[in-house]
Amino acid sequence: MNISFWLNGVYRHEEVNPDMLLLDFLRENGCPSVKRGCETANCGLCTVLMDGKPILSCSTLAARAEGKKIVTLEGLQREAKEFGSFMANEGAEQCGFCNPGFIMNVFAMLQELKDPTEEEIKEYLAGNLCRCSGFVSQTRSIQKFLKYKKAQEGGE
Amino acid sequence: MRYVNQPIRKTDAMSLVTGKPVYTDDIAPKDSLIVKVLRSPYANAWVEDIKTGNAARVSGIVCVLTYKDVPQRRFTLAGQTAPEMSPDDRLILDRHVRFVGDAVAIVAGETEAAVDKALKRIKVEYRVETPVFDIHKAKDNPIVIHPEDDWKLKIPLGGDNRRNLCASNVEEKGNIEEVLAGCKYTVEHTYHTKANQQTMMETFRAACYLDHFGRLNVISSTQVPFHVRRILGNALDIPASKVRVIKPRIGGGFGAKQTAVCEIYPAIVTWMTGRPSKIVYSRYESQICSSPRHEMEITVRAGADENGIVKAIDVYTLSNTGAYGEHSSTTVGLTGHKSIALYRNLDAYRFSFDVVYTNTQSAGAYRGYGATQGINAVESAINELAHKMGMDPVRIRELNMPIEGGPLPAYGDVPFATSCTMDRCMARAKKMMDWDAKYPCRDMGNGKVRGVGVAMAMQGSSIGGIDVGGADIKLNEDGSYTLGLGCTDMGTGCDTILAQIAAECLETPMNNIAVFGVDTDISPYDSGSYASATTYTTGTAVMQACESMREKICALGASMLETEPDQVMFDGAFVSDGEKKVSLQEIALKGTCGCSQELQVVRSYSSPISPPPFMVGMAEVEVDKETGTVEMLDFVAVVDCGTPINPNLARVQTEGGVAQGIGMALFEDVQYSENGKMRNNSFMQYKIPSRMDIGKIRVEFESSYEPSGPFGAKSIGELVIDTPCPAIAEAVYNATGVRVRELPITPEKVAMGILADQSENSLCR
Amino acid sequence: MLKIKSYVKVNSLAEAYELNQKKSACILGGMVWLKMGNRAVSTAIDLSGLGLDSIQELEDEFVIGCMTPLHDLEINEALNTYTNGAVKESLRHIVGIQFRNCATVGGSLWGRYGFSDVLTMFLGMETWVELYNAGRVPLTEFVNRKKDNDILVNVIVKKVPISICYLSQRNSKADFPVLTLAASVIDGDARTVIGARPGRAVIVEDEMGILKNFVNRRPEHQKEAIEAFAQYASEHVITDKNMRASKEYRSLLVKVLTKRAWEAVGGMKYEY
Repeated sequence: MNISFWLNGVYRHEEVNPDMLLLDFLRENGCPSVKRGCETANCGLCTVLMDGKPILSCSTLAARAEGKKIVTLEGLQREAKEFGSFMANEGAEQCGFCNPGFIMNVFAMLQELKDPTEEEIKEYLAGNLCRCSGFVSQTRSIQKFLKYKKAQEGGE
Repeated sequence: MRYVNQPIRKTDAMSLVTGKPVYTDDIAPKDSLIVKVLRSPYANAWVEDIKTGNAARVSGIVCVLTYKDVPQRRFTLAGQTAPEMSPDDRLILDRHVRFVGDAVAIVAGETEAAVDKALKRIKVEYRVETPVFDIHKAKDNPIVIHPEDDWKLKIPLGGDNRRNLCASNVEEKGNIEEVLAGCKYTVEHTYHTKANQQTMMETFRAACYLDHFGRLNVISSTQVPFHVRRILGNALDIPASKVRVIKPRIGGGFGAKQTAVCEIYPAIVTWMTGRPSKIVYSRYESQICSSPRHEMEITVRAGADENGIVKAIDVYTLSNTGAYGEHSSTTVGLTGHKSIALYRNLDAYRFSFDVVYTNTQSAGAYRGYGATQGINAVESAINELAHKMGMDPVRIRELNMPIEGGPLPAYGDVPFATSCTMDRCMARAKKMMDWDAKYPCRDMGNGKVRGVGVAMAMQGSSIGGIDVGGADIKLNEDGSYTLGLGCTDMGTGCDTILAQIAAECLETPMNNIAVFGVDTDISPYDSGSYASATTYTTGTAVMQACESMREKICALGASMLETEPDQVMFDGAFVSDGEKKVSLQEIALKGTCGCSQELQVVRSYSSPISPPPFMVGMAEVEVDKETGTVEMLDFVAVVDCGTPINPNLARVQTEGGVAQGIGMALFEDVQYSENGKMRNNSFMQYKIPSRMDIGKIRVEFESSYEPSGPFGAKSIGELVIDTPCPAIAEAVYNATGVRVRELPITPEKVAMGILADQSENSLCR
Repeated sequence: MLKIKSYVKVNSLAEAYELNQKKSACILGGMVWLKMGNRAVSTAIDLSGLGLDSIQELEDEFVIGCMTPLHDLEINEALNTYTNGAVKESLRHIVGIQFRNCATVGGSLWGRYGFSDVLTMFLGMETWVELYNAGRVPLTEFVNRKKDNDILVNVIVKKVPISICYLSQRNSKADFPVLTLAASVIDGDARTVIGARPGRAVIVEDEMGILKNFVNRRPEHQKEAIEAFAQYASEHVITDKNMRASKEYRSLLVKVLTKRAWEAVGGMKYEY
């Protein structure tokens, strides 16, 4: 079947199988940042944005991308570098395998919550598992990033 | 120091945070055949007949392999230095399947759909036999899990396949019974820990292809490339020289990838078909047929005199290696060696163990490697002993803990504690936790009660006299360096840490060093990243290689300055004799022109000793007295890892290890069905902690200086998982009076424990 | 793996209903559950083009489209004002935001899953489901219906005066619940719903009228009633064991959570 949608700002017409998952489609079509960590919708590694909302691409048919705007980390490289450098400064990236899905959800969180508290950060990102870091350094990097953003906004 | 002991960013960090394709499946050949494995539904059965015709006829299927197609020489999948301690008890495919999930057939095809279809079309007739699940009944059971004649233990340690015994031994010093009998206070308890899964986010995976020389090239997410090379040679019964292993970035390991869990399957497919192939384990497979922690039941007897001096410890470990013996005889050793050694005043100790085969998933290496289980048992027993004496558990440790220059009973890997700040770790942790105010518990007045608990731990730094670290430093013609490594950065940051050591030694900026690893054709030999070895062992190799490199630079620089090497100084940028100088770039360029002196040093290093890092962990929990819910409030970790080469990465190691320990203590509950099926076969049923579950984790360092380590460094990777289980169990006890000796400590165990025990054990009940 | 032969994004409910009469056809919800199975689906019917993904507040009811993601319910102000935050409380523990952006209210209720927080919460309110063929059916009746080929179109929550508390017990924060509980006074009538027993959520029948006229009683009588009812519930609600907990522990939780929830509804305690 044929679908048309926006992938990282580029309009695409694609032929897909009806049961193809968005995750598999993305990995085969230039978005290897999207990872699979489980088959049960628990790990959050495959998080992408669909019309601005974070979703699990492992649980979404590619067919459902029809007419939507899909964004992966490949489409947010500048932002990834900006926020990612805060992770790097903490050593929070560790093995890196969960990073893309985690960072996508951080971006979603920053859209949805204005000035999240530590508890709100943890709750929003609860669906992003990480086995290396123990999460603490991830939270530190978010908090430092928020502070930096605030200072930036204040300075402007 | 400019680079060592600095929180330097990981050199690969920006690639990782921007999602670059750097992992095995990202770089596997695009035309790889998809490889999958048909798995046994029975825990103990023989394949009587297997029909693959219908499967092979599915469009796109390239091969279907059964036990008839594989070499008949037994081997082990354990990533250990050869000859491996683990028994040779495997074939790639065996007629005898020994656990639910054991491999029955291998299918390779052009699409996943074709392979899935073919898997369903294989018809297997099994002769089902009674399985052995109970670890207490495994030894000398009439049902023998490895009845084969060619079962082989290269280094015997009491193992006997006819007895379902992988290893068995007794080590003792002094008369344990006599000393215990003379103790005023004694305890005896049994502690049970389960077969926890490492659950690194990237599941097991490997891709293979043949190169233009017809050699088998393997891209593998592994911690042990050189061992994988040998293992594949053994498994395929071909010379290891025919195998090349490449390690890209790895999505976590924690010991899981110290076993060659999946490489044999694509390897045999590519070797037999000549076509590139890959296998990517599902999370389901990673849960049910991989290499989890050894389930152990450990009985501890401990005794102290009236002053709280611990005089005797007796540890008996019953370890379950599952269906195969990977890492079985080695993990069990740590249960005693790294726990008994925490008590320096012993007049006697005994450490005995049995490691049994059962018809469950084969165990392997998981961070802590037996020490986690042993320390959980001994530290819990000492806590129970302290309560029996009415002594503060911190106090009993202050009286008995390891001290610098003091003995480490049962730990043969160093003559004495060469570097140790356990006392400072304890003092700091006590202060951070505000122990004296919080011990043992505080009733919050709302049905909730808070308790605190403590534990100590130690690990090793490498396997003394065995592990080999390799470094290959090369000066390039532009004055930059390439550091070739054979150890495996699995996210831990060792590529960066070792570059920091090189930068410090060579007085050159970090960005002047390119790190390369790992390719078994090119990298220097290294046993791999496990046993908390890399910073300590490979770090020393790097240091020594850099020292030699400096000499070479000086020698060539001196000849360019027409003087003698001992007349010059090298400051990282110039070689000078006080008057004239020549730059590193000029020397480097000279090395490429009319020069017979290579500007490259390859160095191997193996440490004869394994100096332990030390740690104190303290937990504060809040328990709901009615529901039994245990909420992690705070975990304080104070670590002596010697000099932290990279304090950021050492901190994150600690935070990550503690979080894994919290998972083991509270959530990760491995359960089997009656017929031996692992029920926690997904992230839905096997609950690792989320960021909501771990509370605060606070880490500080009390650094000793280890003279044998690079810049005074010891290890950290494994140590950090050892304290949460006993510290949390103790905190729960102090809060509620309920002692949970079988992990995990679920709300149910706590709530039912409170109901069952109305003896007002806790001050706060 | 889930196999789908053809995928149809329908233009009308009539079209969806017709396609769904074939046994191998399947209406797609959020797919978080469906895709885990090994089902072979002939026609996957997608309702996402029908505008059934919004929450409308009318004068006397909320009309919630079946395709509304759980996260939208969680952050819906009107619903949470009406329930004093209980809707949010019932949803916020479910795996993660991304999951709740996928999972739909229609899918959750249609499945009538034992572990369902959503089912427990909606049973705690005056809820109806609007089925394409059968029309409006009370959720209390729908929950015991056999699965058929009808389509759950909307979820209707009647805006009767309500006082409600939602509680759940979990072994870890984002895990399935070990027990779920909603206690509510709906237009003066007390209702207690208990789910994840681990069986499907049930309304605890207060046959002895222990909680009768609860809101109008004096606080000390309320307390007595709560104690008595918690005991009654723990004896009468059928529980069982699964991987997460034993039958006995669940019965203990029935008692504890029932007491706590009713204390909250009675205004005696707010925080657990």
